[in-house]
Amino acid sequence: MSDLTLSSTTSSSNVRARRGFGRVVFYLTIFVMCLMLILPVIAFFINAFAFRWFYPQFVPNEWSLQAWERLRLIPRAGDRSLEGFISLWASVPDVVSALGLSLFIGAVVTGFSIIIGLPAARALGLYRFRGKRIIEFMVITPTIVPPIAFSLGLNINFIRWDLALEAAGFPLDLSGSIIGVSIVHLVPVMPYVVLTLSGVFANYNPDFEAQARSLGAGPVRIFWDVTLPAILPGLFVAALFAFLVSWSQYLLTFLIGQGRVITLPMLLFAAAGSGNNAVIAALSLIFIAPAILILLVASRFLSGESSAVGGFGRV
Amino acid sequence: MTHLAIRGLTKRFSGQTEAAVADLNLEIESGSLVALLGPSGCGKTTTMKMVAGLLEPTAGDILFDEKSIINIAPERRGAVMVFQNYLLFPYMTIAQNVGYGLKIRKVDRAIIDQRVSEILEMVRLPGIESRRPSELSGGQQQRVALARALVVEPRLLLLDEPLSNLDAHLRFELRDLIRDIQQKMGITTVFVTHDQEEAVVLADKVALILDGRLRQYADADVFYKRPADEATARFFGGQNFISGTSANGTFEAALGSLKLPSDAPEGTGILTFRPENVRIGAAADGENTLQAKLTDKIFLGTQTRLKLAVGDDIITAIANPNDVEGYLVDQEVPLSLPPATLWVLTK
Ligand SMILES: Nc1ncnc2c1ncn2[C@@H]1O[C@H](COP(=O)(O)OP(=O)(O)OP(=O)(O)O)[C@@H](O)[C@H]1O
Ligand SMILES: [Mg+2]
Repeated sequence: MSDLTLSSTTSSSNVRARRGFGRVVFYLTIFVMCLMLILPVIAFFINAFAFRWFYPQFVPNEWSLQAWERLRLIPRAGDRSLEGFISLWASVPDVVSALGLSLFIGAVVTGFSIIIGLPAARALGLYRFRGKRIIEFMVITPTIVPPIAFSLGLNINFIRWDLALEAAGFPLDLSGSIIGVSIVHLVPVMPYVVLTLSGVFANYNPDFEAQARSLGAGPVRIFWDVTLPAILPGLFVAALFAFLVSWSQYLLTFLIGQGRVITLPMLLFAAAGSGNNAVIAALSLIFIAPAILILLVASRFLSGESSAVGGFGRV
Repeated sequence: MTHLAIRGLTKRFSGQTEAAVADLNLEIESGSLVALLGPSGCGKTTTMKMVAGLLEPTAGDILFDEKSIINIAPERRGAVMVFQNYLLFPYMTIAQNVGYGLKIRKVDRAIIDQRVSEILEMVRLPGIESRRPSELSGGQQQRVALARALVVEPRLLLLDEPLSNLDAHLRFELRDLIRDIQQKMGITTVFVTHDQEEAVVLADKVALILDGRLRQYADADVFYKRPADEATARFFGGQNFISGTSANGTFEAALGSLKLPSDAPEGTGILTFRPENVRIGAAADGENTLQAKLTDKIFLGTQTRLKLAVGDDIITAIANPNDVEGYLVDQEVPLSLPPATLWVLTK
């Protein structure tokens, strides 16, 4: 029912916005926003396929795949056959392994951030208790404190723990490892997850759980049958934030990864130093592709029939 | 069929000085329909949640058929609560909602479908299986919520203000429906209400709770004839309270000496009688006749309310408009208080 009222108010405000002067402003805003989003992508596309693009030319005169060849994603002009591709891809290109690692770390971080964030968000969204303000503040501190401040300290501790663990007979590397990088990604990710989900729970009526319980459902069933469907849109948005924040981490990966954990941003920054515009543009395209893909899928959840500001609503 | 016993049940929420429910004792006969009656905020929902196991009591015990269930998880108690605001799962169809309890109990799909149809027929909503809760009216949602509880044949059915969110017409209809189904299925049922008429009409026995305390637990008519205390009498519409002393079958007060029923308590106390039992004018005859002066007369439609002064005491009476048509304010009017309708509150 909350969905119903929500969508009806948005549609009626849209109708109002589409009259007279308001209508001009409305479409102008949309146009500018699209331009700001699409223009850089177009620039990347042109750059990624340009060959010798010099100043007075509005678009390049010549096109080429040299950036993609350099990234070893496409074979050289001579052997662009199936065999050529297979032999090139057989030794996994750096870009592909970096892409895979970024996806993997993003997925792991998203999963853990939800598992950690869900109970916290529930407590913050549903209950009032002493010290709640302080906890809410602590949750958002990672967005205020510069990453370099905590990551350097964290890395020293990681190294200490690694040594201690090795001495104790558990050789587990945190510093310079995927595990360490995943853990440190959780720091900037958690505020987004907890804030998004606590908003969902602020709008959630726990009596639905009591009702299911009274009808005979145990705690696990209640989670799957009652809680999850109610928070699913919000959960999806939180997961999206978590993934994108992890996806775009450079500094933390660099500091904790010790140059041994090569995610996509690491390649991108290395290429940026090299000054080859075409390669930078090609890498950037690969880097933003998942983000755009996810946003397209997400737009279905963020608007339309099911809304992210879900919960069942307190009746 | 389950006998429910509540012993010394108490709930004090953290940070609150007053207990929401204080030392509640109730025995509810197997198969009976009992009303928990009380004003808003008196602890009715809290009591129901404790019986259902959804809230931990501070003290006390709850017994089903003489066995304590206080340590049994709510999902295994077999006490199903229907909440004040229906709480139909919005993303499930009506059939899925109603069949939810059976699905949890791992009943066969075909049997679930059949039972759901039967129970929906019983609450007079046949054929709405595939609809969504948001497509139903409040009254329909309430009936679906009832069906969802009934379909699992609970040991105990707890209805939290099942009628308070409905308009008057639906309220009467659903009231009769609940009574019908409860009689047919014989499920021990406790229902919460703040409407004394609803409690009286629907319930076998009524438990009146005021300020978190049980004031009286009895058959409905007792609340009118033999109220436990002044607050109880007032809750049921009592308006006449006169101080005095009861001794040897008579009540001595400023307005005179009145004959009492033989079972009236003795000692200093308060005399009470219901406005509708005061006889006025030509009807005033026989025992306990007093001379009064009419001070106020208000026409209420089907009734007329009169204020009558006897010395310093004011008596409120309710009469048939036709019977008191001729009386004017300030006129001297005889009234009588039949002994059988009097009661003394000594608490
Ligand atoms: N979770 C809670 N925490 C603190 N106090 C509570 C809580 N639930 C109820 N109370 C308090 O306990 C008292 C009884 O509440 P309860 O909901 O049982 O009343 P009720 O009789 O059902 O009222 P109504 O007719 O309005 O539904 C109220 O004073 C309320 O403020
Ligand atoms: Mg209540």
